[in-house]
Amino acid sequence: MDQQTALEKVTAIIKPYAKNLAPLEEGNLDARILEDLGVNSARLVDIILAFEDEFGISIDDETADKVRTINDAVRVVSSQA
Amino acid sequence: MNRVVITGMGIIAPNAHGLEDFEQALRQGRSGIRHLSRLEELNFSCQVAGVPSGYEELAREYFAPDRLVAMNSGMIFTGIAGIDCWRDAGLPMPDPIEGPVDWETGAVIGTGVGGVDTLGDVVFPRVKEGKVRRIGSTSVEQTMSSAVSGCLGGLLALGGQVTTNSSACTTGTEAVIQAWWHLQAGRARRVMAGGAEGVSEYIWGGFDAMRVLARGFNDRPEEASRPMSASACGFVPGSGAGILMLETLESAQERGARIYAEIVGGHVNCGGQRNGGSTTAPNPEGVRRCIQGALASAGLSPDDIDVINGHLTATMADPLEVQNWASVLQRDPKNFPWINSTKSLIGHGLGAAGGMECVASVLQLSRGFVHGSANCQDLHPTLEPYNTRIPHQTRETDARILAKASFGFGDVNGCVLFRRWE
Repeated sequence: MDQQTALEKVTAIIKPYAKNLAPLEEGNLDARILEDLGVNSARLVDIILAFEDEFGISIDDETADKVRTINDAVRVVSSQA
Repeated sequence: MNRVVITGMGIIAPNAHGLEDFEQALRQGRSGIRHLSRLEELNFSCQVAGVPSGYEELAREYFAPDRLVAMNSGMIFTGIAGIDCWRDAGLPMPDPIEGPVDWETGAVIGTGVGGVDTLGDVVFPRVKEGKVRRIGSTSVEQTMSSAVSGCLGGLLALGGQVTTNSSACTTGTEAVIQAWWHLQAGRARRVMAGGAEGVSEYIWGGFDAMRVLARGFNDRPEEASRPMSASACGFVPGSGAGILMLETLESAQERGARIYAEIVGGHVNCGGQRNGGSTTAPNPEGVRRCIQGALASAGLSPDDIDVINGHLTATMADPLEVQNWASVLQRDPKNFPWINSTKSLIGHGLGAAGGMECVASVLQLSRGFVHGSANCQDLHPTLEPYNTRIPHQTRETDARILAKASFGFGDVNGCVLFRRWE
């Protein structure tokens, strides 16, 4: 899967959980999911599950814990999809 | 002790959303009972219910997506009625993320059963399949008993005590009385109070199995809820939320708030499940003591009550309820208070019933009417003497004191007395 497609899908999954949409709209790949997008930390669990469903992959807890930014998310899903 | 008044209300009921719409629905006798094809598919005997129409679309207008992902129907009803109540009380909406907490406002929002829809649709199947990980993060906050009050506390940045009570079908009325006590004692300036119940076949299935839900009216849903009728055949399950802003009179007057009514008395008790009482039936002495306790707390006499908004669910308990009122009030049937059942229009909202019906009660009192009690033209024979005091059509009144009662499984009782604000 190409990076652009992965980015679009990752963004679409994270968007409903984000209180601050500006970094997503600006395409800021270094935006931190919790601090910059204002995602409730508990919801990372749901975002990881949605990645698994969307990309047909399995993400272990150790890998999930390393997903801090949009870029991290794209890297994880791209490497496994 | 502080005097306590009502300065705001919010309602999302099967027949209306918002106070103006609800007033019109009550005045016009608009029913919110509909046939639900889902209940037919599931082989329910009772295939009619009261569900607020369009609530999912409304939810998208009221709540940000990141909040809505963790809100089941009971929480959605709480949020909508709570925000409406807050605005109606003339209070400014807080910033959704940062900003000040209102340390002087609390909430007692009850629910009878709670987030069973989330348990049934999300938690139970995944646990049984050995897929606990796939439950996700949102189930606990939707299924904890205090989901409804917790949800409201976050929406409105409440900083007082925020809690949930639960006492079956007495829940909403009990919440109002608990909030009243709290304010009387000076523990807060404002407490939001009421009840909420979600839409769930899992809740209603148990009642259907008990054969206490209406049967025989699936093709005539608007006629299915028949409190006080000779042809009453069980209650119609309902859902929604009704929330009131209770405030000390001092606080209300300081900020120039509009006042609907004053709470002048209230009492809750339990019949002990003895002497005619059981888990599912009231001990008549308990009911009478509850009404007497409410009157005593208000310093009112039985002659002072102008209107009774009864529990009156459309089961065999209706005649017993009226007999209990008659026994306490000792008034000639022709001089009996007006008595009506809001459930005739919205069904039985279970944990939400008391909240929605307290809103209906205060609206009637403050706007000078008693709504017609629907579907009881064929009164139960024992209620015939009261025929002229049961409004079949809406009437204008200058009533001053309204008694609202709720009774519930567990043999629990609640009665609150409202006085029109003059």
